[in-house]
Amino acid sequence: MTDAATQTRSVIVEREIAYPPEKIWRALTQPRLIAEWLMANDFQPVVGHRFDLRADWGTVDCQVLEIEPNRTLSYTWAANGLESVVTWTLTSTTRGVHLRMEQTGFQADQKLAYHGAKAGWPRFLARLEEMLARAD
Amino acid sequence: MLYSHDMLFKSLADPTRRVIFERLCREGEQTVGALTAQAGVSQPAVSKHLGVLKQAGLVLDRHAGRQTHYSAQRGALAALIDWTSEMAGFWESRFDDLEDLLKRMDQ
Repeated sequence: MTDAATQTRSVIVEREIAYPPEKIWRALTQPRLIAEWLMANDFQPVVGHRFDLRADWGTVDCQVLEIEPNRTLSYTWAANGLESVVTWTLTSTTRGVHLRMEQTGFQADQKLAYHGAKAGWPRFLARLEEMLARAD
Repeated sequence: MLYSHDMLFKSLADPTRRVIFERLCREGEQTVGALTAQAGVSQPAVSKHLGVLKQAGLVLDRHAGRQTHYSAQRGALAALIDWTSEMAGFWESRFDDLEDLLKRMDQ
């Protein structure tokens, strides 16, 4: 693997939410509630549990890495050549909770480049055309 | 980022330019003459398209004698296929839905 292929990057989204941590924790860990804001799933709050997140555009393969109730939740997130880890952190504040989501990972560039010649380019261009059509 | 998304989109919005760009990606460096032979348009038209692709950073030109050779710069597309910007938008909207759900859980 080249350096470019293993280069990790992060996305961080954080918000101050005016609810107690216990309530936010339920929304993050109960399958029926997760389905309401994220995707259909078979999540279980058990370290090592493998689960899927299912949307109309595809499936995300996940595995629970870490659980500390009302504080932190971490799971792997693999989809479309993206290998990553999603970590939720809840920190109590005077107003409620500071909720932080960090996704760290890398795009499997070599895998993409390998498939790219055949499937990637037409698909990329089709997607580009869709985007342009929507932009009109 | 040196080149804007707008320029990338505009330069790839034209089907002839997409064909030229894809060919350079697939087959490597080519002269204007070789590209014209298969493009189905005149050499000045091909040169003009290459100029637009060059402005967007999608191709690089190299002069050798009387010939100009063009090659694709796939790296220019990185801005469009960078997963972090895609996921940032995804999570922002998930956070919105999460907050909506938390409101509903009150009732």
